[in-house]
Amino acid sequence: MTETILSPMSLLAELTHRCPLQCPYCSNPLALEPRRNELSTQDWISVLDQAAEMGVLQVHFSGGEPMSRPDLPDLIRHAVGLGLYTNLITSGVLLNEKTFPVLVDAGLDHVQLSFQDIDTANAEHVGGMKGAQARKLEAARLIAADGMPLTLNFVIYRENADRVPQMLDAAVEMGARRVEIAHTQYYGWGLANRAALMPTAAQLEQTTQAVEAARQKYAGRLTIDYVTPDYYADRPKPCMGGWGRRFINISPSGRVLPCHAAETIPNVAFPDVRHDTLAHIWRASPLFTMFRGTDWMPQPCRSCDQREKDWGGCRCQALALAGDARATDPVCSRAPDHDRVVRVLETLPAEPPPFRYRRYARATDEVG
Amino acid sequence: MTTGLTDDSVIRFARGVRLQHDRVRERWIIQAPERAFIPDPIAAEVLKLVDGTRTLGQIVADLANRFAAPVDVIGRDVHVMVSDLMTRQVLVA
Repeated sequence: MTETILSPMSLLAELTHRCPLQCPYCSNPLALEPRRNELSTQDWISVLDQAAEMGVLQVHFSGGEPMSRPDLPDLIRHAVGLGLYTNLITSGVLLNEKTFPVLVDAGLDHVQLSFQDIDTANAEHVGGMKGAQARKLEAARLIAADGMPLTLNFVIYRENADRVPQMLDAAVEMGARRVEIAHTQYYGWGLANRAALMPTAAQLEQTTQAVEAARQKYAGRLTIDYVTPDYYADRPKPCMGGWGRRFINISPSGRVLPCHAAETIPNVAFPDVRHDTLAHIWRASPLFTMFRGTDWMPQPCRSCDQREKDWGGCRCQALALAGDARATDPVCSRAPDHDRVVRVLETLPAEPPPFRYRRYARATDEVG
Repeated sequence: MTTGLTDDSVIRFARGVRLQHDRVRERWIIQAPERAFIPDPIAAEVLKLVDGTRTLGQIVADLANRFAAPVDVIGRDVHVMVSDLMTRQVLVA
């Protein structure tokens, strides 16, 4: 069977891995890319041109902290000129009354602003940066005052899960139109810190109730995106909407990936935007074709009635939990390795261990 | 939620939301924060008339004229659709 190749909808542009924060649940890989390996402005311009040509509709400028790149306004302006919808995913600690108007002027459409917690002391403990919360609150104020749509992102973990109701109220007070209540996804740094971050089943139930209540209370004013920790689910998430179906992720050094964690997949070459066209990589590279569609699937996925809904779940999670990227996502209760997920939840420590903070392996890589 | 729409209401897109033609897939799309969705053909016709200056009454009259349909029927449908898109934070009045 020949798989239908759709045009990609969305591009995640990870401009840099440099970031003033050190969140232990960061979605970046453990091996952070030093500045000297980052793509040039011209490289990114070419990526944007090619993406628009292929049918990408939205570009998400992310990182690391994308505002660490001085060429961010130029890249936004170029993307806007191509008709792309521009989204900035930021910690907000570099967003101030000097830097924000430049982004507005460039035509930025939307900001997603992250908070580590609504409680300042814990937020700064988790982010590892003193004074960050005040800067984030000021960033939110500037964005709301301008009228640009604002989404707040709260990553949820054991230590802050009980404060979801306050986060939702604060989102409305800050003038956010959307809020993401997103339980940690256990890849990269999140996986390394899983024992410290994973909430209990009771905490998950409470956050779900808090989200339901706020959806009623703030209907028409606040849209809530709720992401649950899939370890507690019976069925896996349709990761990235299916491998190589909707999303392209570009790493700071130009590697083209189906998702931000895909660099963990072994025994395959990672295509590079400096060596090949984006269209060719999307259509024909071994990385993008290896899990596209349903032909690659093992049992029980292959004969499962959910195979074109969840696309077999997440390949990086299968690798992390079952040791095989081709396995059925162990989150699925039908998966042969499902007991591994159950065991993780049953053996959560009573007291969370200390964080392993997100840091460069060599301190000199950060400044480069 | 009540949207308080009347024929005199001037409709516009919320900041950060727009109607855009997707030339690769040859269809109209609504671009919104972190999502894009596809309006049905009738909604697309309505949204093409949303420019921040036309009133709801003018949009209804235009559509009734072009599609040779009764104003009250079109008016009811457009009010329902616009109210729905307001609660979804696509349009504001």
